[in-house]
Amino acid sequence: MTDVQQELAPAPPLKLAIRGVGKSFAQGKAVVHALDQIDLDVAEGEFVCLVGPSGCGKSTLLSIIAGLETPDRGEVLADGQPVRGPGRDRVVMFQEHALFPWKDVLGNVEFGLRFKPNLDAKARREVARFYLRMVGLEAFAHAWVHELSGGMRQRVALARCLAPNPRVLLMDEPFAALDAMTRERLYGDLQQIWSARRKTIVLVTHNMREALTLGDRIVLMTPRPGRIHAEHVSGLPRPRDINAPHLAERAAELTAELRRALGPDEEATR
Amino acid sequence: MRRWAVRTGFLLALGLLWQGLASAGVWSPVLLPPPASVLRWLGAAAADGTLAAATLVTLRRLTVGFAIGVGLGLPIGLLCARSRAFDDTVGLLARGAQSLPSVCWAPLAVLWFTRADLAMLFVVVMGTVGSIAIAAADGVRAVPPIYVRVARTMGAGGAATWLRVVLPASLPFVVSGMKQGWAFAWRSLMAAEIIVPGMHAFGLGHLLHYGRELHAMDQVLGVMIVIVVVGVAIDRVLFASAERALHRRWGTGRSP
Ligand SMILES: Nc1ncnc2c1ncn2[C@@H]1O[C@H](COP(=O)(O)OP(=O)(O)O)[C@@H](O)[C@H]1O
Ligand SMILES: [Mg+2]
Repeated sequence: MTDVQQELAPAPPLKLAIRGVGKSFAQGKAVVHALDQIDLDVAEGEFVCLVGPSGCGKSTLLSIIAGLETPDRGEVLADGQPVRGPGRDRVVMFQEHALFPWKDVLGNVEFGLRFKPNLDAKARREVARFYLRMVGLEAFAHAWVHELSGGMRQRVALARCLAPNPRVLLMDEPFAALDAMTRERLYGDLQQIWSARRKTIVLVTHNMREALTLGDRIVLMTPRPGRIHAEHVSGLPRPRDINAPHLAERAAELTAELRRALGPDEEATR
Repeated sequence: MRRWAVRTGFLLALGLLWQGLASAGVWSPVLLPPPASVLRWLGAAAADGTLAAATLVTLRRLTVGFAIGVGLGLPIGLLCARSRAFDDTVGLLARGAQSLPSVCWAPLAVLWFTRADLAMLFVVVMGTVGSIAIAAADGVRAVPPIYVRVARTMGAGGAATWLRVVLPASLPFVVSGMKQGWAFAWRSLMAAEIIVPGMHAFGLGHLLHYGRELHAMDQVLGVMIVIVVVGVAIDRVLFASAERALHRRWGTGRSP
């Protein structure tokens, strides 16, 4: 196999184990317990969605899994090895597209490939084009970031995260800022990519229907301190339609459960 | 094209007005010579090579001084952004240097370097370093932290993150700092050339200075015009295209 073919083959998915993770932040004189005693296993190739109101530590947990933050207590194991820092087997897609304005679309997608050995400039370009085609933006390879719509930017960001072929994809409310139509298109893209490319995905959202559409498992979180309240296996057959009545029903049930867990004052802040 | 026509027409009209007022004898030609005699001086100075030689001398000093200023200012700025201790010491000096019109260094520089050339170079460097250092430091501080997180999650190490993310992300600041540094360098060099006597190599400022000594206001005005033209031309050549490229990428401003 050539380097490019090897690069384009699906990566073996990776298993995550989160063990007793806790994290606090100092905010002025106050201490915020962002996460308390988080235990979570994510199987190889599983698609897990973390759902909870803002401030329950979802982003912090994702950053800790990514290795961008270190936990105060506990640890994260990736394939049994403790996570000590960021690594390109666990790539994060952030809520903001965070694309680089000094690079065109193709340059942005190529960016992550730079840090992989064995890929020369030509191979990088070829791999980047493959992922750009996957998200349907090949025609925009040489556009600048500000020339794209919000949905297109998010698709480029997705291609940029996928290009290094990470085994784990960590997604922090990647679709929150998009309109419903664009979002639904991306749900389709993401499900297809996930099944074709065999990745382990942890996706953060506060949209229960989004979580039920995408996830194998839904993890409900509550804030102050950030804790896991409950886990639910989706069990719905794929492909799923976010507008299906039974999915909306399940979403209403889970939302009600989360509401009860949050209690009256939390409910008011939602 | 239309805008060029407007600009040219405006300048021509201004010249004609000036010529008309001068011909009408509103001012003594000693105080304000008519444009015709300024043009005559310019023609003669261009023909005998004085103008080209002086422009070259000035540009050489400017480029060398500016290059040294960038070479010092960029690393100082980057270090200021990285280390608070550096910012509170060297950064403090850079900010002080920036608020001091650098021609104030001229008396000391002449004493220290004895050679007029080196003294003038020093003045130019001092005029450039501060604004470039400050712009680079501000630029690095303004880089959205999420860019760095993106790079780190993709496996970029510290050096690669700086080289491929922090530096390019701060380019808009750095370029406008360089532009400002260039403007400072240009002004301080002209002041230095007027103040520090030229021994061997005459720059545009010296030509202006000798025009004053000879009470030849046509020479003074002619040199002033050349200074404006050179300044504008350099700004266009060096910075306009860089700025246009940045605007196109960042989607800021409106490229003219
Ligand atoms: N770098 C930080 N410094 C201080 N407080 C932080 C920091 N990051 C997160 N927090 C706090 O930790 C809590 C959880 O934040 P976050 O993980 O962003 O929640 P979520 O993503 O679920 O909205 C919030 O109260 C937030 O204010
Ligand atoms: Mg968040």
